[in-house]
Amino acid sequence: MEFAELIKTPRVDNVVLHRPFYPAVEGTLCLTGHHLILSSRRQDDAEELWLLHSNIDSIEKRFVGSLGTIIIKCKDLRIIQLDIPGMEECLNIASSIEALSTLDSVTLMYPFFYRPMFEVVEDGWRSFLPEQEFELLSSLTDEWRLSCINKEFSVCPSYPAVVIVPKSIDDEALRKVALFRHCSRFPVLSYYHKKNGMVMMRSSQPLTGTNGRRCKEDEKLINATLRAGKRGYIIDTRSLNVAQQARAKGGGFEQEAHYPQWRRIHKSIERFNILQESLIKLVEACNDQSHNMDRWLSKLEASNWLTHIKEILTAACLAAQCIDREGASVLVHGTEGTDSTLQVTSLAQIILDPRCRTIRGFESLVVREWLQAGHPFQQRCAQSAYSNSKQKWEAPVFLLFLDCVWQILRQFPCSFEFNEHFLIMLFEHAYASQFGTFLGNNENERSKLKLQPKTMSLWSWVNRPEELNKYKNPLFEANSLVIWPSVAPQSLQLWEGVFLRWNRSSKFLDEAYEEMVTLIEYNKQLKAKVNALRRQLAELETDDRMQENP
Amino acid sequence: FFFIFFLQVEQVKLLDRFSTSNKSVTGTLYLTATHLLFIDSSQRETWILHHHIAAVEKLPLTTSGCPLVIQCKNFRIVHFVVPRERDCHDIYNSLLQLSRTAQYDELYAFSYNPKQNASEQVKGWQLIDLAEEYKRMGVPNANWQLSDANRDYKICETYPKELYVPRTASKPIIVGSSKFRSKGRFPVLSYYHKDKEAAICRCSQPLSGFSARCLEDEHMLQAISKANPSNRFMYVMDTRPKLNAMANRAAGKGYENEDNYSNIRFQFVGIENIHVMRSSLQKLLEVSGTKGLSVNDFLSGLESSGWLRHIKAVLDAAVFLVKAIAVESASVLVHCSDGWDRTSQVCSLGALLLDSYYRTIKGFMVLIEKDWIAFGHKFSDRCCQLDGDPKEISPVFTQFLESVWNLTEQFPQAFEYNEAFLLQIHEHVHSCQFGNFLGNCQKEREELKFKEKTYSLWPFLLDEQKKYQNPLYNPDISPELTLLEPNTVSFNFKFWRNMYHQFDRSLHPRQSVLDLIMNMSEQNKQLEKDIKELEAKIKRRNGQVDGVPLKEPLQSAPLAPVSLKSPPCFKKEQPLMPGTDSMRTIEGSSSADNRYSEFMEELAKAEPAMVSLEYGVARMTC
Repeated sequence: MEFAELIKTPRVDNVVLHRPFYPAVEGTLCLTGHHLILSSRRQDDAEELWLLHSNIDSIEKRFVGSLGTIIIKCKDLRIIQLDIPGMEECLNIASSIEALSTLDSVTLMYPFFYRPMFEVVEDGWRSFLPEQEFELLSSLTDEWRLSCINKEFSVCPSYPAVVIVPKSIDDEALRKVALFRHCSRFPVLSYYHKKNGMVMMRSSQPLTGTNGRRCKEDEKLINATLRAGKRGYIIDTRSLNVAQQARAKGGGFEQEAHYPQWRRIHKSIERFNILQESLIKLVEACNDQSHNMDRWLSKLEASNWLTHIKEILTAACLAAQCIDREGASVLVHGTEGTDSTLQVTSLAQIILDPRCRTIRGFESLVVREWLQAGHPFQQRCAQSAYSNSKQKWEAPVFLLFLDCVWQILRQFPCSFEFNEHFLIMLFEHAYASQFGTFLGNNENERSKLKLQPKTMSLWSWVNRPEELNKYKNPLFEANSLVIWPSVAPQSLQLWEGVFLRWNRSSKFLDEAYEEMVTLIEYNKQLKAKVNALRRQLAELETDDRMQENP
Repeated sequence: FFFIFFLQVEQVKLLDRFSTSNKSVTGTLYLTATHLLFIDSSQRETWILHHHIAAVEKLPLTTSGCPLVIQCKNFRIVHFVVPRERDCHDIYNSLLQLSRTAQYDELYAFSYNPKQNASEQVKGWQLIDLAEEYKRMGVPNANWQLSDANRDYKICETYPKELYVPRTASKPIIVGSSKFRSKGRFPVLSYYHKDKEAAICRCSQPLSGFSARCLEDEHMLQAISKANPSNRFMYVMDTRPKLNAMANRAAGKGYENEDNYSNIRFQFVGIENIHVMRSSLQKLLEVSGTKGLSVNDFLSGLESSGWLRHIKAVLDAAVFLVKAIAVESASVLVHCSDGWDRTSQVCSLGALLLDSYYRTIKGFMVLIEKDWIAFGHKFSDRCCQLDGDPKEISPVFTQFLESVWNLTEQFPQAFEYNEAFLLQIHEHVHSCQFGNFLGNCQKEREELKFKEKTYSLWPFLLDEQKKYQNPLYNPDISPELTLLEPNTVSFNFKFWRNMYHQFDRSLHPRQSVLDLIMNMSEQNKQLEKDIKELEAKIKRRNGQVDGVPLKEPLQSAPLAPVSLKSPPCFKKEQPLMPGTDSMRTIEGSSSADNRYSEFMEELAKAEPAMVSLEYGVARMTC
């Protein structure tokens, strides 16, 4: 067995675990193929730590005499320390962890070994199919069709097998458009705004190059979404400068001359290592409790994290504004259309569409706009804030999206069916999970990995009532309106639930939250009881009347 | 003299402060003797008390009219555009005159008539009784006594009459010590901790210069340390930065020399002076008032203003004080220069951390009366109630409120009051509508007979205390004398948006959890009452029908199945019955529902904040 080879010392006694805000725990450390387990010996209140190897971002080891110390930094940003007696044991454990947390092959990952301990009521792999989405759309409009052009992932490897495109554009035309768009990501439907029939599409950049190539089919495709005499907006998530530079590499942007009915707006959203750097700096700032106020504020500023949040939210608000206020259709793209594009299209939907603010609707949004749309989760989430690898493809794009959702949730605390914990849970599972949902970079890879038959879907687990309860927002009251967040710096906040989670005790905040839930529950009970009593009284009164006039 | 000005200007525009596209509403501006009033076309009223006006500025004439910017002490900033320059000039001049008051009896408090009769007025002033408060703390006792040394304000003009001092401090010691202290503010008791038998005392800086000493003062401190049976050592906290304290020595003032006083531990805690605080707030407001502010400009402005650093310094000092008392059972003497700014901050916050009473609504009023009003925090000067020296203005009390707000954020269940209470107090410290905060010290207030001529704020706040109650307050988790141990790591201090942008609604969350929970908590009380009434009614009715009184209370009777018992033919009638009807009223009138529909309306009406900020479609590039 391969794992056994990697585990030289499977078990060490008298290991001491240190975590901030908890007393140290002494116990036995065990390594398995996928977990690091520490269980205390104490009978009275046995404690166990189970840590997925895939959650480990980096480790450091130190020695004082024969006592070794391993500091484990996790992708969910927590840092724990293990004191391991015996230098050899410590070295063995460290090297095993290092090897097991950086397995090359996806099929060796835990989701392929995980056996659920719960009864699967609903198979999450089948919960959010494009066909269902299209059925919903068909009930509203007949201007779109489901195309199977990408059935074998042959036209666009990062698109799902079926996509929604304008009815008037046939597959032949789509093939031509695919040749004109970066990585073949031709424009597809992202969102249909029921209220006014306007749509949001997404794609990658057009391959205009320096000599201004054009593609009639591409123009026809996006024009097909416009109403007669109406203009549309193209939101390019790059600055004009960056977009112009892209022409040298064969990329580019839509020329006014060829797309006269479209106005192009450039919004600059950062990508790749700039974002990863930002996360690393932010987490570094949050983890140092010794900072004085000036240093803390300047570190927070230098991380630029909240600037990115503001940029992304602003672009999303703009897209939503074009659709809802201007009554125009929108096409969103950056370069590949797999990162900033998806941030914008998914956040715009949260602003516009009340359905996306429900638990199920949000899950569906994550599936549609992130997983099926081909956000390369495996590349982006390979490492988190403690990584030293500096790979270009690692970037907290999805975490930024979740943070933006949290910002909107904070401003509209009653308009979301889910609470903060739901977002934190998604963040954790995107980086390390027992479920297969976030494995692979696109549907093509997922189908090759046979995730559906071989692994369990996160949604199968989350959507069970007992689990779902944890993620329900007690303040939720369905709000059918468009919700416009404020993007002023005074309105944005550091997401403490993620970034300060391991740096401060949240005991009092948690207790207050519990109290709030109790108060709301009590209110429901009281209302029900008053209702019942009123009914009872009414019936008694009827009985009386019956007796009076028999 | 006293004149009533009445001015009315039509077609005035009120600009949105943060809109780069100069979004505005048009309406009429009225000037009354006490307020500036703007009523917009949708009949929304904006009232601005003249006393709240900190600055009026007339900007250069534009094509649409003459801009007039009014900055208020409660951080409201309004930007009017008056069509005719003449009108603007008139308003400007009137406001300048009306917002500057030369004498106390011209202040709003002297004309404000809340329809209370004389005995209510007196009772209102008696609501807070500091003698009662010292009794609650446990003094006088074997070690501490009430001194009448300051009976006629002879020893110290800015102290109250009733002062508590160690029993062993004789009158000559008091007199001698007061002569050795700036403004005669000798060490007296501020808070007594029953369990630890330790005291928080306060005073001003000693007139030590480079080498002067005063035996009486040394005895005074010794008396304080001896009044604590559990720890003979006492701390002397100089709340100033060391450099400032040293500079004071050249002026014949300074700080205690540890060699001259037995059993003291001397400590600087480094809170900046009123001038630094004033300019810090000024910078903060400049930054937060910038249109189209970027995140980084906001954060670096926040940093360079130093505001949060100062708040942290104040709270850190309080934490230091509290540790000395709670951990070492040591008494602490706190001073700064004159002992009425930083000393008030640190003593009151320390007591708030130590004693849960001050975390109740009434207790907080008592705390402010004791450590701020009675001990002579110069509210009149600091808040510029009368036209005076601008260098005396400083947001010292605002910082105290902000520190408390920070604590309420960390301990959401430990405080009986909510943020609205703090904001309301801040509002009235500047409004000059009530007598409490007028003047600089008790002597002045007595001489000017404020208690006869004005009203106390506290009974009014208590009357509407429902608005100020924290629905999550749980006194059980903070029983009496339970210590709060705040975490003062920098990241715990946040910009207080609801204070500094109280009136900039576009920056606030669109739904308020606090309001919702407060309403629900109120509703729960009403529902509990309804249930009792209904149960009583049902009991009575059952008695009638059955002819025998019901034996067991209905609470335990199953409610739902009853409806099944009734024959189906009566069910049709149900919608007409009063019971169901009033149920509907309850649901419809639930305050939570109302608030919600208000919010929906607002959303439907208001332009999205996003649009108003800086991303108007008009600015799109092509």
